[in-house]
Amino acid sequence: MTRQEDRGGPRQPLLIAKDLKRHFPIRSGLLNRQTATVHAVDGVSFDVKKGEVLGIVGESGCGKSTTARLMIGLIELDDGQIIFDGDVLGEDITLKELRRGVQMVFQDSYASLNPRLTILDSVAFGPKINGLEDPEGKARNLLKRVGLEPDRFAHRYPHELSGGQRQRVNIARALAMEPRLVILDEAVSALDKSVEAQVLNLLNELREEFGLTYIFISHDLNVVRYISDRVLVMYLGEVVEVGPAEAIYHNQAHPYTSSLFAAMPSMDPDNRTEEPPLAGDPPNPINPPSGCRFHTRCKFAESVCSAAKPKLSVIGGDETHLAACHMMDPASGHSQSFREAAE
Amino acid sequence: MSETPLVEFKDLVVRFKGDRTVHAINGLNLNLKPGEMLGLLGESGSGKSVTLKTLLRLLPPKRTDLEGSVKVLGTDVMSLSGRALAKYRGGDVSMVFQEPALALDPVYTIGDQIAEAVMRHKGISKLAAMDVALDMLTRVRIPSPERRLKNYPHEMSGGMRQRAMIALALACRPKLLLADEPTTALDATVQIQILLLLRELQKEFGMGVIFVTHDIGVAVEVSDRIAVMYAGNIVETGKTRDVIKNPRHPYTRGLLAANLHGAVKGSRLDAIPGSPPPLEEAPSNCSFAPRCSLARPECWKALPPRIDIGNGHEAACVLAAEAAVTA
Repeated sequence: MTRQEDRGGPRQPLLIAKDLKRHFPIRSGLLNRQTATVHAVDGVSFDVKKGEVLGIVGESGCGKSTTARLMIGLIELDDGQIIFDGDVLGEDITLKELRRGVQMVFQDSYASLNPRLTILDSVAFGPKINGLEDPEGKARNLLKRVGLEPDRFAHRYPHELSGGQRQRVNIARALAMEPRLVILDEAVSALDKSVEAQVLNLLNELREEFGLTYIFISHDLNVVRYISDRVLVMYLGEVVEVGPAEAIYHNQAHPYTSSLFAAMPSMDPDNRTEEPPLAGDPPNPINPPSGCRFHTRCKFAESVCSAAKPKLSVIGGDETHLAACHMMDPASGHSQSFREAAE
Repeated sequence: MSETPLVEFKDLVVRFKGDRTVHAINGLNLNLKPGEMLGLLGESGSGKSVTLKTLLRLLPPKRTDLEGSVKVLGTDVMSLSGRALAKYRGGDVSMVFQEPALALDPVYTIGDQIAEAVMRHKGISKLAAMDVALDMLTRVRIPSPERRLKNYPHEMSGGMRQRAMIALALACRPKLLLADEPTTALDATVQIQILLLLRELQKEFGMGVIFVTHDIGVAVEVSDRIAVMYAGNIVETGKTRDVIKNPRHPYTRGLLAANLHGAVKGSRLDAIPGSPPPLEEAPSNCSFAPRCSLARPECWKALPPRIDIGNGHEAACVLAAEAAVTA
């Protein structure tokens, strides 16, 4: 068995997420009744093209990690569809088949490795239980490829490695199943800056070498810009803006996206930030605001914003750049248009 | 300089004893002027937090060997004990931690916690102390402060809790505030609010601040001066502008490149190879030499000299004297 064949052709997106929804009930009291609901992911749709890097950004509680876990079935969907290379999950392919093609690397490099397995066994584990040939040889090659000399490292345990080395093991383990899509959920966030740069270089090399597609989730906008082709911005369980990385960085359409970028440290001692772009903390996803979920913190908010939910719509002539804001839609009843507000 | 420095570290050495010895700080020299905001920048294990804990005498005395001197406004911190130490902690110097949810006491209200500190240090009544607490919550711009006084920490959001922590730290008007990664646990849009708040309060109260962070962007945003730490010592220090625009130590340059500010997409990053050294032995040569692409034979032979580049800008590197080091 080798890598799964490309079935849909180059124009078929590798993964389509359609209207993903996941609410978590909160139970309390003597009878353990449901008292509230966390709207973790609420109608999220996007696609990932073959060979691209899709970055997902947002603050804590915006649902980026839940979205990642929904995509490989670590959390069950309440509603929605996952389509992998044209095959609908649950109809055309099983979860097990999906996971052959999609692997994940997590933030905590230590917690995601079995402390009782040597790193060679960890990397060889997937191929072994899937009955692939020569799992250990494969694992040794991969360890070598991620920069861990097998003769020195293969028989060490996770606690004998540094954070950067452990994250390299996790990357090797994800690649051992020869996936087509790798989901990197804050995979470099816990590393020191100097080590993070090494791992980013490695990820870029591996992508070219193995023809991989990445979904790269991070809160660090500089890192996302460096690695991504397209960027998806989430706020309280919803997509607020999606588009080519450079468009998102230079020409933000949604007021939340602009605030998020304005909150980045300026890196210029002569030109420091003087005013915080947003006041207060992100609201609790337990009872998200009505209409546009950003209206409680948005300086352009009007009555229409709390009354109706904006749809993701195309900005200007660029078919690939979409945002969910009433100011994009002249018919919404919002008194300002996107261009005026941007000036 | 005629002025007494607010903080003066002289040849500080901190060693932790135990199953294995860790040379956490190796001959650190650092001064802070009153009213100055210093960004102490470094990666994990570089000794930033140990430096702060030494200042507050928070290190376990039985397992720690200390050498050198630490003075705050001329007073030797190492000699303090009993009441003098209690008065010093929280009165002259106070600290804001990374995780306010852990640093605040969960079973007392915010108002009670602030008032307790004020009563201890200023010897005033509970009623008067509560007024101070209210005033502090207003100054850190917590909305509806009267109501928030009666809140428990778990009833507040992360950003709000960090504001309350700052209010508590500043309630006794310390001359020196130590901030240990105070915004690392916060979201981006909240982080910038807290940074700007700290900058304003520092000016308002005229206090000195040592701001520990691993994020170069955060350090640039708040500090007048930056000190970069590596393997238990300061490798470069100077005015923020000088260090950022004209970094002289190869490690500082590597950190700036790794920040990815303005990095070209897909291009290979100029990453520093390897990882920080284990600190089991005291360094006898430049700690950064094994990772440095510019290392020379003399780097392996002796500790690097501290070279004065002018305008208070210093770097511990033999190459720092040469003006045209390739960036």
